Amino acid sequence: MTTEHLDGNALAGPLAEIFSVDVTAATGRCASCGLSGPVASLRVYGPAPGFVARCPGCDEVVLRLVRGPDAAWLDLRGAVSLRVALPE
Amino acid sequence: MGIVSRGFRGRRREQDDRLPPGQYLVDDFPVLSAGPTPRVPLDRWEFAIDTEAEVTHRWSWPELMALAQTTPTVDLHCVTKWSKLDTSWQGVSLDTLFEDVETAAEYALVYSYGGYTTNLPLEDLLDGKAWIVHRYDGEELEPRHGGPARLLVPHLYLWKSAKWVRGIRLLDEDWPGFWETAGYHNYGDPWREQRYQGD
Repeated sequence: MTTEHLDGNALAGPLAEIFSVDVTAATGRCASCGLSGPVASLRVYGPAPGFVARCPGCDEVVLRLVRGPDAAWLDLRGAVSLRVALPE
Repeated sequence: MGIVSRGFRGRRREQDDRLPPGQYLVDDFPVLSAGPTPRVPLDRWEFAIDTEAEVTHRWSWPELMALAQTTPTVDLHCVTKWSKLDTSWQGVSLDTLFEDVETAAEYALVYSYGGYTTNLPLEDLLDGKAWIVHRYDGEELEPRHGGPARLLVPHLYLWKSAKWVRGIRLLDEDWPGFWETAGYHNYGDPWREQRYQGD
């Protein structure tokens, strides 16, 4: 089980196609267990058929990202929020 | 052309005819996963069919083993473009499991240990088109390939053949599953190359 997944940094490139900020540096909160932590700390399965990022505390799905030939689908239902640091 | 026998070319042509558009052949058996591999002890394993009238039919592992066993040999087509021909399985036809199930539902939502789901029309599970399989290539099905038991519905892309299958919920309305809610096609016919929503 420990060797099956990647860490959340694997999402940096795919998410950079969608957002101009580094989402892996954002702090997310798991909708299932409430654990907070950087997106980079999620356990990531993929890349195919898609990226599935799971909470390191409860293993529930926090984020899913599927890249098709001309579109991407992003599901963040498993995240209560993302805190994105911005320049003052 | 002297070194290529007619027999070899004939085999290639037959393989090409069995390869849906956009697919390539593999000899190994790739493992794709959306989460940690569930480990389900056989004494706690069960399979259920839940009808739209809220009647549940259940089978324990010994009960599944006691049913008529079949040995389908089928071609697998993964949406990530690999195909594997002539895979050999052992399991129970869903026609057998549905023998005593009364339903007028049109849709099925398959659910697995570990939380995975996938949806398909009920008719795609019947008439010799789908099985609950527990042996692959003469051996017990390994957990990484969905053991102790997985759904096998080979006329659709392989994400419909749910690993670690736990049950089937029959529904009057279609209820998209794990990948179907994240961009993948609702039906997933490899011969019509239905990979993503809109294909």
